[in-house]
Amino acid sequence: MGKNFKVVNNKTHSVDGHAEMMGRAVYTQDYEAPGSLVLKMLRSPHAFARIKNIDTSKAEALNGVKCVLTYKNVPHVAFSRAGQGAPQPSPIDKFILDEYVRFVGDEVAVVAAINEKIAEDALKLIDVEYEVLEPVLDYKTAYKSKNVIHPEDGISQAFEMGFRPKDNVAASYEMEVGDVEKELAKCDVVVEHTAETQAQAHAMLEPHCSNARLDEHNRLVIYTATQTPFHIRRIMAQTLGMPLSQIRIVKPRVGGGFGGKQQFHCEMFVALVTLRTGLPSKMVYTREEVFASSYTRHPMCITMKIGADKDGRIKAIDCYTLSDTGAYGEHALTVFMIVGSKVLPLYNKVDAVRFGGRVLYTNHVPAGAYRGYGAIQGNYVLESAIDILAEKLHMDPVELRRKNSMREKETSPIFEIMGEGTKGTAMIMESCKLPYCIDRGAELIDWKNKYPRKQVGPHKVRSVGCAIAMQGSGIPFSDMGSCAITLQDGGFYMVRCGATDIGQGSDTLISQIVAEELMTTVDKIIIYSSDTDLAPFDVGAYASSTTYISGNAAWKTAIKMRERLISEAATMLGVKESTVEFDGKKFVSGNKEISLFDLSNKLIYSAPQHQVAVTESYIGHVSPPPFMAAYAEIELDTETGEYEVLEYVSVVDCGTTINPMLAKGQVEGGIVQGFGMAAKEDVLYNNKGQLLSNSFLYYHIPTTKDIKKLTTEFADSYEPTGPFGAKSVGEIGIDTPPAVICNAVYNAVGVRINTLPITPEKILKAMKEKAAK
Amino acid sequence: MKLEFYLNNTKVVWDVEPDEYLSHALRRHGILSIRIGCDETVCGSCTVLIDEKPFLSCGVLAMKVEGKHVTTVEGIQDEANRIADFFAEEGADQCSFCGVGFALIIHALKHEYKNPTDEEIRDFIVGNMCRCTGYQSQLKAIKAYLAAEGK
Repeated sequence: MGKNFKVVNNKTHSVDGHAEMMGRAVYTQDYEAPGSLVLKMLRSPHAFARIKNIDTSKAEALNGVKCVLTYKNVPHVAFSRAGQGAPQPSPIDKFILDEYVRFVGDEVAVVAAINEKIAEDALKLIDVEYEVLEPVLDYKTAYKSKNVIHPEDGISQAFEMGFRPKDNVAASYEMEVGDVEKELAKCDVVVEHTAETQAQAHAMLEPHCSNARLDEHNRLVIYTATQTPFHIRRIMAQTLGMPLSQIRIVKPRVGGGFGGKQQFHCEMFVALVTLRTGLPSKMVYTREEVFASSYTRHPMCITMKIGADKDGRIKAIDCYTLSDTGAYGEHALTVFMIVGSKVLPLYNKVDAVRFGGRVLYTNHVPAGAYRGYGAIQGNYVLESAIDILAEKLHMDPVELRRKNSMREKETSPIFEIMGEGTKGTAMIMESCKLPYCIDRGAELIDWKNKYPRKQVGPHKVRSVGCAIAMQGSGIPFSDMGSCAITLQDGGFYMVRCGATDIGQGSDTLISQIVAEELMTTVDKIIIYSSDTDLAPFDVGAYASSTTYISGNAAWKTAIKMRERLISEAATMLGVKESTVEFDGKKFVSGNKEISLFDLSNKLIYSAPQHQVAVTESYIGHVSPPPFMAAYAEIELDTETGEYEVLEYVSVVDCGTTINPMLAKGQVEGGIVQGFGMAAKEDVLYNNKGQLLSNSFLYYHIPTTKDIKKLTTEFADSYEPTGPFGAKSVGEIGIDTPPAVICNAVYNAVGVRINTLPITPEKILKAMKEKAAK
Repeated sequence: MKLEFYLNNTKVVWDVEPDEYLSHALRRHGILSIRIGCDETVCGSCTVLIDEKPFLSCGVLAMKVEGKHVTTVEGIQDEANRIADFFAEEGADQCSFCGVGFALIIHALKHEYKNPTDEEIRDFIVGNMCRCTGYQSQLKAIKAYLAAEGK
């Protein structure tokens, strides 16, 4: 476990930041072909309806309109927009366009015109006669409702996932280790806690956008803001009945994803228009469409029942979850299962644990992939329940966590049972510095002196709250990443990889990993990623897989390149390979030597005249979880219920930080996005199912004013299966804020807010109710 | 309609629609550094300077800049490059869709305040949203940049 790193774990500037900040044309919209047709979507005004008649003749007759798409003239093939691997773990329940519309904002018709104005005028000329159906707007009563959201034929599941559309069930699952009822009955203390989470919006700054053209070989080329170029290509080819070879997906720089760009948005429509008209086309969502017509986090109602003995040993956990997948079942099963699989193993010393529930269709905006992916929902409820248990046991909540949480070399049976929609993978925690994270975080926030509260003014109180969390690092035996490195004349390397940089910095960290192994510097690496024509396969940016899966692929490839270089140098010097030393710049064997620069030029221009290129792939056999402990200090005004986060402390075990600054950015960005969900981001529908919070004016994401201080540290940790000891860090940061804020508010004023976001009015109302009792 | 104004100190004459916003007019004329994040005058990504004051270009009708000086990041390339150094140093550049807007608002901040307090900086840039970083690294980068420029 060599730790004398030269490039990884050292400060390295991002490889792309300057170009972006200086305004270069690097994002999807900057690559629109001149003369592109503009696509606009006619969207459903009803939460649930069947299109009885649709007349597009007037729109088609409008001068400048080139194409109108409706369910009548596009292939009637069911697919899932989820953007996952194969077989897809989400119901195959969406048609490109359908005669049913299932939420306000659902897709009715697409107009392609020579400019935006004509496209918008044409939308108004489409006559639609709807048979308005009674919507299902509450997932808690959706089960077996007489109003069936997916009554149609032709939808399916790739494997048994409890998909029962006639019952409005997109997926269901249950598992049990030991006998939970029996163990709970034996416990000295049992707490039961139910809480609900909302449909958080990703709110990435770059809206969804794609553009298409036919290239010089008459192939379809799509530039798109996506996290999953290879999945987009595969699913598009299958759905449109095209050979994969006829499609190229290019991912330029992406202006934020957070899971929101794992799935299909505009891709299928620009493809169809360009294939039909032969003309380039483009589609950009308005901000309202991003809010009301893309997808959100799954709202959930979770009940945790926890039993412990009087000494504070947690003996059993029972978790029941209802999840709202909205109109389509994208990521329905997998997000729901993560509520169990990446939350419950935190407390692994139990004798019994049970997880179950179901995911229901409603006529709301669909839910889908979102950073945290079930873990943030589960964490909010479990970590609130742990505090409730601690109070009942008269124990310090930090002590209760320290006593019962996961430690190094331990495991949980859940890992083997629950996977990505299917069976999981057993694993031992080779790296787990959670006890250190808990202690160090307590020290940084000064828990000893600040818990639970201090009155600091006539109506101001300061309090602290804590929570712990875990995530994963890719999906074992499923996520594959690959990399190819070519030595260039001039002695530098071209790296091609499928790892998908969406702003998190994967191009930078892949370059660092390659540079470290080849003992060079990042400026000697040029990297091309996520172009399906140029890069080898990678599943894309999701499931916290990039550092671990793509990073391991890059590392393997770089090791192979170093071996090849030594072999080439040995041949050229006429010595044995075992005698050659390489320091990144030159190869030395006894008194013979050749520089990398000379070697690279000779390989190409004199002898043996061949290209040195290597490629490798990596598939995870485990998914080592990153762990963290989080603490916040808040100041709450007891007259208004308003509160402010004075400091948020995070101590994270993500193994080696490949790029310490980017890793910190992932944690802090996650904390603040999670704080938005915990405290600010309210999702409002009216009683007709229309999303009211469909603009940044009504949906408030955190600004510079929200958190006074973030303190972020990393535990000294090394994951033996990770590249240079690294685990993932992309999602773990988002998991803790809802529980931490909830616990801090409770510690301040003795009320527990069981629906997110935790707003001043909810706090004040609960305080008044408590006082009235 | 004919619109005459100064774009990065060069006089230009453009044909724009009467209801066209400056953000769209700029992009239509090839100024692709304008990042349109929300198009509803909230997020700050499309910030430009009009007569040296920051504005959201998605909230200004193009015709309103008749005769005025409009500065985009193309007009402050050296400064944007220096600011980017400080952002990179703090790891404050993730997706950077907000980056151009930040470069311009920081330019404006530098001209309006001599030695801004933390609170003044937070207030000044509150309209520039970032969903990636959590702001702390950006605030550190801004302070370090201002300190370096002040020397």
